[in-house]
Amino acid sequence: MQADIFAKKKRNTLAYLCLLGAVTMLAMVITEYNAVKGIASIPKAVQWGMANFYPTAESLEKLPVILEKMQETLLVSIAATTAAAVFALLFAIFGSNTTRINRFFGAVTRGIATVFRNIDVAAWALILLFSFGQSSLTGYFALFFGSFGFLTRAFTETIDEVSGGSVEALKATGAGYFSIIFQSVIPSSIPQIISWILFMIETNIRSATLIGLLTGSGIGFTFNLYYKSLAYDTASLVVIVIIAAILLIEFASNYVRKVIL
Amino acid sequence: MKALLEVNHLTKQFGKDSKALTDVSFSVQEGEFVSIIGPSGAGKSTLLRCINRMIDATGGDIRFQDSQVMNLKKKELKQVRTKIGMIFQHYNLVNRLSVIENTLHGKLGTKSTLAGVLGLYSKEEKQQAVQILNVLGLNEMIYKRADQLSGGQKQRVGIARALIQNPRMLLCDEPIASLDPNSAKVIMDHLKKVSTTMGITVVVNLHQVDVAIKYSDRIIGINKGQVVYNGSAKGLTSEDIQRIYGSEADDLIFDIGGIHAG
Amino acid sequence: MEVKEQLRNVTAPADHLIGGRMPAKPLNKAAIVTRLTLYTLAVLTIYAFFSFDYKELDFMDALLGTFANLKTIFLEPHLKHFSFGHALYQVMVTLGLAFLTTLFGAIIAILFGLLAAENLSSKKTSMVIKSLVAFIRAVPTVLWVLIFAVAAGLGSTAAVIGMTFHSIGYLIKAYSESFEEMDRGVIEALQASGANWWQIVFQAVIPSSITYMISWTFLRFEINFAVAVAMGAAAGAGGIGYDMFMASSFYLDMREIGAITYFILAVAIILEIFAAKIKRKLKTA
Repeated sequence: MQADIFAKKKRNTLAYLCLLGAVTMLAMVITEYNAVKGIASIPKAVQWGMANFYPTAESLEKLPVILEKMQETLLVSIAATTAAAVFALLFAIFGSNTTRINRFFGAVTRGIATVFRNIDVAAWALILLFSFGQSSLTGYFALFFGSFGFLTRAFTETIDEVSGGSVEALKATGAGYFSIIFQSVIPSSIPQIISWILFMIETNIRSATLIGLLTGSGIGFTFNLYYKSLAYDTASLVVIVIIAAILLIEFASNYVRKVIL
Repeated sequence: MKALLEVNHLTKQFGKDSKALTDVSFSVQEGEFVSIIGPSGAGKSTLLRCINRMIDATGGDIRFQDSQVMNLKKKELKQVRTKIGMIFQHYNLVNRLSVIENTLHGKLGTKSTLAGVLGLYSKEEKQQAVQILNVLGLNEMIYKRADQLSGGQKQRVGIARALIQNPRMLLCDEPIASLDPNSAKVIMDHLKKVSTTMGITVVVNLHQVDVAIKYSDRIIGINKGQVVYNGSAKGLTSEDIQRIYGSEADDLIFDIGGIHAG
Repeated sequence: MEVKEQLRNVTAPADHLIGGRMPAKPLNKAAIVTRLTLYTLAVLTIYAFFSFDYKELDFMDALLGTFANLKTIFLEPHLKHFSFGHALYQVMVTLGLAFLTTLFGAIIAILFGLLAAENLSSKKTSMVIKSLVAFIRAVPTVLWVLIFAVAAGLGSTAAVIGMTFHSIGYLIKAYSESFEEMDRGVIEALQASGANWWQIVFQAVIPSSITYMISWTFLRFEINFAVAVAMGAAAGAGGIGYDMFMASSFYLDMREIGAITYFILAVAIILEIFAAKIKRKLKTA
């Protein structure tokens, strides 16, 4: 009896490890993942990177073009996020348990958000490619839909968390629905909302690179162009510009977060 | 008789000019029950932690058994620590683990890294844990999770974790400061029993003068990092208390005569 | 009577405020930054709309076209170029990619997460690792995959390694933050009994943070599923993402895209429900 808890724990741990091992094996087989090649590729990639993947003086000439594309991508990401945030806020207010108009409407808005959230931006990009072709708008709407789903969930949770008490307090004073929303819910959740928007912008810049690859626009397309033509020096410059942009945005949003939260 | 613990001219400085301890010297005999009292911020906790080097002192020396604690290397220090049990105000248990696992944590210092990492304990160790928990009245709780216990029960697990080390000495940092009077009494009774029946030296930081007088063989009073009283519990007068607690003494409402009589 | 008098005293200053048009909110630094952030975002958004490269696209036409397309995609899905069984198998491949990535990421992240937690490591080590993590996270996953593809060749191997990089970065951050929330006293207690670093980590730190770690890891698995779909489409990782890419760019078959989207949606929602269940169970356990 007394050693039971230890024996049981050991058995459980062992069982979990076996299960994990089995699933790993299965996953390796069906994905055709080659562990040896995978591990070997890391030093090889480092070696290759050291030898080829850095900008040269020649590639620096392309910098203005790259910066222009980066700016375009940044703007697409920001514009998609802010527009999505407006819609998401609306949906979050209707979907949150504390502020929804009624149960049915709440469930519907939540359902819509769930669908949007669970279709990845890459999938949206491929869907939208049909109508918008290789223009900025394909990326814009893909990011917009993806952000909308994610932000609705984030905002809903924020509203649930922040405003339960104050909504009740204002209801008790007899305040109307809209004054409660504008006087209590939005003011008390605005710092969190901004924090989420900034987070989404960061994420969207990364996603924009991917979408650019898929749809042939923005900085992702630029990277692909040089990468495919084996101009690795210029491709590395693109990566550096992307890193710089993301770190810059991260730095700015960390500052804003520190002040407002 | 040679003292178990000897502290000589101990000083501890935090930063440039804030001195936590100044020239602290005292010794503790085998099997003695010693209370360290003093106002908050007097340096009681720092002093206790300097003894097992959870905090490194700035100057002076500490001898425990035959070791100069201040000069010990990492490995030797761990050896010494296994012989000194420590008990904390906030119990410091791993909440998500069971009582017996928390108790057995006291054995980690004597285990190989791998055995400790995997949590492999011998049958004897488990039996010892159960036995200690029985003595402390926790036989019903052995397989409960630590976060399901009351404060007093958690502190008893803390004592069990220290006792399973087979320590020569227990260092108790405000063990009853977060407990209600009844649980506090249970804990102090257990500590006293540990000292008298097992011959383990107990050094305990206390806030409550009355408790210190009731349980200790000796009291060390500290004010602003200096020892201002070092003598028997019986010999502590209200002037001494005045010296230890300064202006705070007036707030300590109790009747010293009554305690001595009781 | 007295009560009424008091009430008037209470409400009087408020009347005065409104009457005098005094701002109800004092302008502090937080409020200024909040507003500036919102204005900046608004201005950038408007500017963005003017600067977009529309490529002579008729916006309204395209929008209406999209609605028509969406109708076709979601209301008339079919599978033409492959069977239901094949689709299911490809979904499993994508799940497998996500699983391997998450597992490798988690194992490596535990080690570095410990080193990145200030209370378990030194300030310097923690700083170095945290900066490294910021760098890893700044590079989009697809670029990691493509960079590794040069060395390992385009395929699942490069995809897993590249995707793992991002998972490591993400999980190191999550793990180290939950380690840092750990009660200092518990670590102190075990140090005082002579336990060494590894013993403290496995006996106290990990048992205390395991619930957080599991929920973060599962969250990452959810993300990795989406990432794996994307990598299938963009970086030759295989799985359902690749089929979607083919349907979109090669066969131009909208109805097949619809069917694939439904597959992805179903898996994602199942994962989300599963994650919520795990979270709830861990909270009560």
